[in-house]
Amino acid sequence: MGMAASLTHDIIHGPPPPVDPGWGGGGDDSEGRGADRRASFTGLFVGLAACTMVFAALTSAFVVRRGLSDMNDWVSISKPTILFWNTGILLLSSFLLDLSRRALKSGARARFNVLWTATTLLGILFLAGQAYAWYQLRQAGMFISTNPASSFFYVFTAAHAAHILGGVGALIYVEVQALRLRLGPAKRTWIDITAIFWHFLDGLWVYLMVLFYVWG
Amino acid sequence: MASPSTHTAHHAPEGFIRKYVFSLDHKVIGIQYYFLGLFSVFLGMSLSLLMRFHMVNPNVVVKWFATLWPAAAAGGVMTPELYLSLMTMHGTIMVFFVLTTVPQSGFGNYFLPIQIGAEDMAFPVLNMMSFWTTFLALVVMVMAFFVEGGAPLSGWTAYPPLSGAGPLTGPGEGMGQNLWILSIAIFCGASLMGAINFIATTVDLRCKGMTLMRMPLTCWTWLVTAILGLLGFAVLLAAGVLLLLDRTVGTSFFLPAGLFINDHIIANHKGGSPLLWQHLFWFFGHPEVYIAILPGMGVTSQLLSTFARKPIFGYKAMVYAILSIGFLGFLVWGHHMFMSGMNPYSAMAFSVLTMCIGVPSAIKTFNWIGTLWGGKIHFDTAMLFALGFVSLFVTGGVSGIFLGQPALDLYFHDTYFVVGHFHMIMGVAAIFGMFAGTFFWFPKMFGKMMNETLGKIHFYGTFIGVYCIFTPMHYVGLVGNPRRYSDFSNVSYLAPVMPVHQFMTYAAFFTAAVQIIFLINLFWSMWKGPKAPANPWNCTTLEWSIPSPPPFNNFGDVHPVVYHGAYEYSVPGAPQDFIMQTDPANVSSSGH
Repeated sequence: MGMAASLTHDIIHGPPPPVDPGWGGGGDDSEGRGADRRASFTGLFVGLAACTMVFAALTSAFVVRRGLSDMNDWVSISKPTILFWNTGILLLSSFLLDLSRRALKSGARARFNVLWTATTLLGILFLAGQAYAWYQLRQAGMFISTNPASSFFYVFTAAHAAHILGGVGALIYVEVQALRLRLGPAKRTWIDITAIFWHFLDGLWVYLMVLFYVWG
Repeated sequence: MASPSTHTAHHAPEGFIRKYVFSLDHKVIGIQYYFLGLFSVFLGMSLSLLMRFHMVNPNVVVKWFATLWPAAAAGGVMTPELYLSLMTMHGTIMVFFVLTTVPQSGFGNYFLPIQIGAEDMAFPVLNMMSFWTTFLALVVMVMAFFVEGGAPLSGWTAYPPLSGAGPLTGPGEGMGQNLWILSIAIFCGASLMGAINFIATTVDLRCKGMTLMRMPLTCWTWLVTAILGLLGFAVLLAAGVLLLLDRTVGTSFFLPAGLFINDHIIANHKGGSPLLWQHLFWFFGHPEVYIAILPGMGVTSQLLSTFARKPIFGYKAMVYAILSIGFLGFLVWGHHMFMSGMNPYSAMAFSVLTMCIGVPSAIKTFNWIGTLWGGKIHFDTAMLFALGFVSLFVTGGVSGIFLGQPALDLYFHDTYFVVGHFHMIMGVAAIFGMFAGTFFWFPKMFGKMMNETLGKIHFYGTFIGVYCIFTPMHYVGLVGNPRRYSDFSNVSYLAPVMPVHQFMTYAAFFTAAVQIIFLINLFWSMWKGPKAPANPWNCTTLEWSIPSPPPFNNFGDVHPVVYHGAYEYSVPGAPQDFIMQTDPANVSSSGH
C-alpha cells in the first residue's frame, strides 16, 4: 500500500476541496425544474440522434442497393406531383409553429392557440397528402415490390410518416393543454420540444425529397 | 401523459401493481431487468446443454425430445435443423436478453442514478416502458418455439438468403423467423428508450460536485454503452425492417436473383445483396460486443479498487480508454466479414483498426494489474469474479488478435476457434462481470448479505468449468473442426477430437450444475441472509452512503454533495482507509 500512496496521492491540507460545477449537471440543483427542462432537451437531442441513425442506415442501404443494380433492376419511378404540395404544407406548418411560439412569448395566448391549431391541421393534412401520393402510385401500378426504387420510396415515406404521426400526437397534446388553459412553465418545455422535433421532421423531409429527386 | 421529464410522477407509489409491476422506480425496474436476464440466461444455458449433449450423442434416442419436438425430433433423435434452431435461439437470447440487458439495464438502472446522486432516472415513465417493451420482445422471441416449424435456423446474425427466403429454406424459416425479426425490432425500440434515459440522466442529473471526472468508472461505462446502443440499435432496427419486407412483401433488399433452394428456383427476388445485410448487421453487431463487455469493465474497475484498497490506477486513462473503445468499436465491423470476399485493401483497413482496439484494451488491463499491485487484496467472492473477468478478458482478447488478421481468419473463421474466442470474451467475461456485480451489490439491492462459502464454491466451479469448456474449443478449431454442424460422428479427420468434444460436454454439464449453487445462494440469501449494513465493503461511492436497501427516493430529502473522486482508498492522513465521495474531509488525492 505504501507504494500506492506515494505514487498516487498528494495530501492537501486546508479547507474542503471546492465544489466544481463541472459540465452539464453537477453544479446546479438537479432537483429543480431547470434540471427537468435540461434533461428533456438532452433526451430530445439524443432521440433525434437515434432518428438520424435510422435514416442514415436506410440511406446507406439505398446508396449501396442502387450501386449494385448492375442488372438494371433500379428503375427510377415517376413521383406524384402532390409531393411538392406536401412539402409546401410541411414547410408552412413549421413556419406557423414558430410564429405561434413567438406569440406565446409575447403573451398573445389566443393567437398562439390559432397558430398552433393551424400547425396541427397542416400536419394532419401532410399525412393525408402522403397517403394520396401512395394511392396515386398504387393506381399507376407502382407497388413496394415493383423495383428497388419504389421499395425505398415506400420505406422512406412510411418511416417519415411514422415519425410525423408521433409529432402530430405531441402537437395535439399541447393543443389540448392549451385549450384547457394548462400551459404552465412545465408545458413550455413540451412546446419547445415539440417544435424542435417538428422542425427536425421538416428538415428530414426536405432531405428525403432531394434524395428521391436526385438519386431515386 | 406526464410532462416530458416526470418528476411530477415521483412520489412513493401504493399498491402492488404500481409498486412492483408497472413501477416508475429505477431500482424496481433494475431488479425487473435483472430477473428477466436471470430467466433468459437459464433458458439460453439449457439450449446450449441440449446442443452439447447432441453433439457427442447424435444418435441416442431421448424420449422427451420427441415429446417436446414431435416433428423436429421424431423418434427422439434431434434433427440437424432442430440443432440449428437451438443454436439460433441460444445465441439470440444470450446476446440480447442477457448480455445487453443485465449489465446495462439491470445494474445500470439500479445504480446509475444513485451513484451520481440523483433521485431517479431522467424519464421514469420512459424507463418503465422500456422494461415492458423488452419483456414483450422476450415473449415474442420465445413464441418462436411454439409456432409451426419452430424457431428459426439462421443464427443470431440472421444472414440472408437463409433468413430472407422463407419457409422453403427449412422449418423455422416461416413464422419463426418472422417472430425473431419482430422481437429484435421491439428490442431495438426498448434499447433506444433506455439509451435516451441513460444519457440524459448522466448528463443532466449529477448532483453538486459530481463532475464527470469524479464519476465512478461504472457510470462512464454505462454512459458509453448507452451511446453505442443508441447508434447501433437504430441501424439494426432499420435493417430488420428491410429484412422483414423482403420476407413478407417480396422486396429485394437482401435477396439476389437466381436463388435455388431445396429444388426450387426463387423467382420473385432479384438484385438484392446479402452483403448489405452483413454490413448493416455488423455495424450494430460489433458495438454490441462492447455493449456487452463495457459495463463489466466498469464493475471490474470498481471492485479491483475497492477490494485492493487502492485508488484505481490511472483513472483518466481508464476514462479515455473507455471512450476510445467505444469510438473504435464503430470502425471495425468489417472484421466479421473477411470471408465475404471483400476487397483485400478494405480488409487490411479493418484489420489495422481492429488491432488499434488492442491499445485501449491493454491500457485497461495494465491499469487493472497496476491497481492490484501492492494492494491489500480482500478475496471476497465479488473480487474473485472481478479477477476472473480480467483473466477471461485477457484470454479471450488474445485470440481476437489472431482473428483480426484476414490471412488467419480465413482459416479460423468457420471453426470452433471463433466459438471459443467470442464465448471467452463476450460471453463468459461479461457473465463474470454480472456475477461480480451481483455479489458486490446484492447487499445494497436486497438488504441482505450473500453466503461467502457458497459464493466461493460457485466461483471456483464456474471459473474452472468455463476454462474447461472454451479452451479446448480453440484447439479443435485449430484442427479444423467447423462450427454450426450438429454431428461429426462420421467425419474421419475429426475422429481424434471427439474425446475433446466429450470432455467439453462434461465440462458444460458440470458448469451448469454449479450454477444451481448460485441460484440457491441468491434466493436463500434474499430471504434468510444476514442483514447487510449500509456499507459492508467500506466503499466510497454514493450508493454506500445510504441505507441497504435504499429508500424510495434514494437520498431521502437530502441532496448529496460530492467532494472527492470515486476511488479514494488508503489516503495518507485519512482516519480510515477510504474516504466517501460525500465526506467533506480535508484530505484528497491529486488524481481527480
